[in-house]
Amino acid sequence: MKANRLALLVAVIVVLTYGVIYPNAAVVVSSFQRAGSWTLTNYREILSQRSVLEAIVNSLGLSIGTVVLCALVGVPLAFLFERYTFPGRRLFAAVAALPLVLPPLVGTVAFIFLCGESGILAHSIQNLFRLQNPPWRLAGWPALLLFHTYTMYPFFYVLTGAGLRRIDASLAEAARSLGGSRTFVFTRVLVPQLTPSLIAAALLTFMTSMASFSAPLLFGGRVRVLTLEIFTARQRGDMTVAVTETVVLAVISLAALIVFQRYEGTRKFAAATMKGAPRRRVTIASGKARALAGAAAIVFAIVLVLPVATLFLVSFAREGSWTTQTLPAEYTFANYQRIFAEPYAAEVFFNSFSMSAIAALAALAWSFCVVTLLVRRARGKAAFLGQGGRRLLSLLILVPWALPGTVVAVSTAEAYGQPSWLLGSFVLVGTFWILPVIYFLRFMPLVVRALQASMEQLDPALEEAAGSLGARAWQRFVRVTLPLVWPGALAGTLLAFVIALGEYVASVLVFVPDNRPISIAIASELRDFNLGAAAAYGVVLIVIISVSMVIAGKLERTR
Amino acid sequence: MPLLSLQNISRHFGSTRAVAGVSLDVAQGEFFGLLGPSGCGKTTTLRMIAGLEQPDSGSISLHDKDITDLPPERRGFGMVFQNYALFPHLNVFENFAFGLSAHHAAKADISERVRSALELVQLPGYEKRAIDELSGGQQQRVAIARAIAIEPVLLLFDEPLSNLDVSLREETRSELRELVTRLGLTAVYVTHDQEEAFALCDRISVMVGGRLMQSGRPRELYEEPADIAVARFLGRNNLIRAVRLSSSKTSDGEFKTLEGGHTLHVPVTPDDLAPLNKPVVLAIRPEHVRLSLNHDGAPNALRGVVREIVFAGATSTVRVDAGGLLIEALLVQPDGLRINQECTLILRGDKLRLLREA
Repeated sequence: MKANRLALLVAVIVVLTYGVIYPNAAVVVSSFQRAGSWTLTNYREILSQRSVLEAIVNSLGLSIGTVVLCALVGVPLAFLFERYTFPGRRLFAAVAALPLVLPPLVGTVAFIFLCGESGILAHSIQNLFRLQNPPWRLAGWPALLLFHTYTMYPFFYVLTGAGLRRIDASLAEAARSLGGSRTFVFTRVLVPQLTPSLIAAALLTFMTSMASFSAPLLFGGRVRVLTLEIFTARQRGDMTVAVTETVVLAVISLAALIVFQRYEGTRKFAAATMKGAPRRRVTIASGKARALAGAAAIVFAIVLVLPVATLFLVSFAREGSWTTQTLPAEYTFANYQRIFAEPYAAEVFFNSFSMSAIAALAALAWSFCVVTLLVRRARGKAAFLGQGGRRLLSLLILVPWALPGTVVAVSTAEAYGQPSWLLGSFVLVGTFWILPVIYFLRFMPLVVRALQASMEQLDPALEEAAGSLGARAWQRFVRVTLPLVWPGALAGTLLAFVIALGEYVASVLVFVPDNRPISIAIASELRDFNLGAAAAYGVVLIVIISVSMVIAGKLERTR
Repeated sequence: MPLLSLQNISRHFGSTRAVAGVSLDVAQGEFFGLLGPSGCGKTTTLRMIAGLEQPDSGSISLHDKDITDLPPERRGFGMVFQNYALFPHLNVFENFAFGLSAHHAAKADISERVRSALELVQLPGYEKRAIDELSGGQQQRVAIARAIAIEPVLLLFDEPLSNLDVSLREETRSELRELVTRLGLTAVYVTHDQEEAFALCDRISVMVGGRLMQSGRPRELYEEPADIAVARFLGRNNLIRAVRLSSSKTSDGEFKTLEGGHTLHVPVTPDDLAPLNKPVVLAIRPEHVRLSLNHDGAPNALRGVVREIVFAGATSTVRVDAGGLLIEALLVQPDGLRINQECTLILRGDKLRLLREA
């Protein structure tokens, strides 16, 4: 028993060493080296370049701006939809998290079709007012902030909503019975209780925004951000700059992760230990307010769905039929026929499916190994690892998730680009395996977290009961634990699979030409102005993701 | 003039009627209990008193002033919640000080009053403790002291002892009563535990199904339940279905039991004479049933067979089958009784009560 766990621990350490520690260490080391000797020259050089400093400042500024805007949108929406009930509430609630499941590249493309200077909105205004030029250009700060707010506000909406649901309703009542006015209760009870949720949302938004790549690439205009700088440095072969900037980006992201983890561990605020009064949603009684809230629900729901609807529409547009008109003039199935029938266009589905499946299944197996080491199995019985060990393990597993895709791709490519004394002739770059490995590293934390959550919800008494009935360790696992945690683990695996399916940020850095994933095909169709085909790929991805999310949701509920 | 007065208040949740036309008065200095089974509307009534729920109809007044529409923070009632509702992000001191700073009390005044409140509930030196470092009993006392610290006009309790274990519950119960009396406070106390209500309250109203069934001193309620619902809820009762015999016109009503066909004599006042030939319910407490092994010529003596003897420490419950009528008797020492033994039950006429249907 103990020997099995030890073997497991060794295996986990090996994977983490090769997958997380070594590549990141390799990047850090090479950022401090020049011609084989240790030096700070790289940092001195890149930090004296205006463009690099600008990229750092832009990335930070964009992320902070994104956090503020997302909070301004997400928090009021969460209050409105979590605390009140009115006609139309469900309509919005159903699509509120839609942007979260949209692959960033697909979202970017949809945004261009909708809001770009030759998109539906700009065209309709131009045609309506008979303007000479498009009324705006989708570029630079406003474009990036708008897109980021659209895609990342759900962090605030979802987490604030969850925070509000968790707050014991009797706390606010107690505060009022003690003489606190509404505003007093809001600032002294509600806000402190919500703080952890707000901080978690802010950090998630910050990290996601730091990692954002597709939008700065496609409509960032002159706003250079770190991810983009790293990409262009690599494209022009300036590895020193790419690697050094990667370290800077990684340090900022990891700092956010560490703060995030500290706050997530603060359980005191949750106060879930006591039985609380359930919070009922308040029905909005006043007719005007009801109408206003209902209208807001409908408007926001439309705003959320519009980019996706646009993508659907464009995917049926005949190539070349959409130039100056508000909407495409002719519709056809040809785009779909092409991407499925043409071997060169269709092979990307097979590529992405196989690479994502390999990564997701590996993550599933891996999550069982890790969670066995992480979770306390029975009451009183100490976990296999001490608290420090478990914390370190959790942190190492979260690192590739917290790091921007750009960083993971650069560090993996840097570490496994050429044979070395540690690896022998083990080279990943340029092989089929580089992307599945990167997908695995980036998305396995999702599976681990899903399984860990299921395991922790499991009542230890169940296994104890099985043991008292005479079941051996493997029988307890197969007949009690596995059936109960399986749905959660599978839902996590499915999530990792669909996210890998639409991955672009890391893929674009290291993909192999004869093994292109779907996202690369979308980008190249867009570059060739095959808008319909790019949209059709996006629609296929969205359909696959939606179906998978429905299945994952069903699985979660059967827990 | 009562301190608090509810006039005919009602509250619906959707189509369910939680509280239906409740009227009651609470006098200054009174410890008033609202007692009833779970879901009877007692907590909703309390929350309407606190201002946390609005009644659909009816009014609430304090010192004869209508407070129905007054928000909770302006009523000045302290409330102790079932789950205590202590603020988990604040320590003990800050929990106490919350109500005082909401009332804009001076800083020095606050720390002075917090110190005396902590002494009041025997937790001196606990100011800096986090809430989750306190035991359940200590949290309980902090919750009570927090409500008392604002010097409330009225203290409201929503089953405050139900999360404590039995021994702690009885201890806290007497402390609580002592504290309220010492400070001369008026309290409304909601509970489903009749023993708790009897021990604590000066006066009790029993609520069933959203209605106030009966109000009175604990002993009155226990000995003279007005109807079947109250009798069922307050302690154990033998409920005997019977019809009044037509031959009896005097105050000594003559009844024939539906089960067993026994004849029982019950003194009834002329104004609540039961209608003839319609089933009524007669109630008698198990402790008022006498049990004898001999034939007995006493009135209301029924022959029966011992079916079950349940030992419960100080007393034992004996279940006797009297020709199809099952009667429970509470005995201090059921010596010499055996299962299937023949015996005589004596139901004292003055302890038999005629109940109206709810």
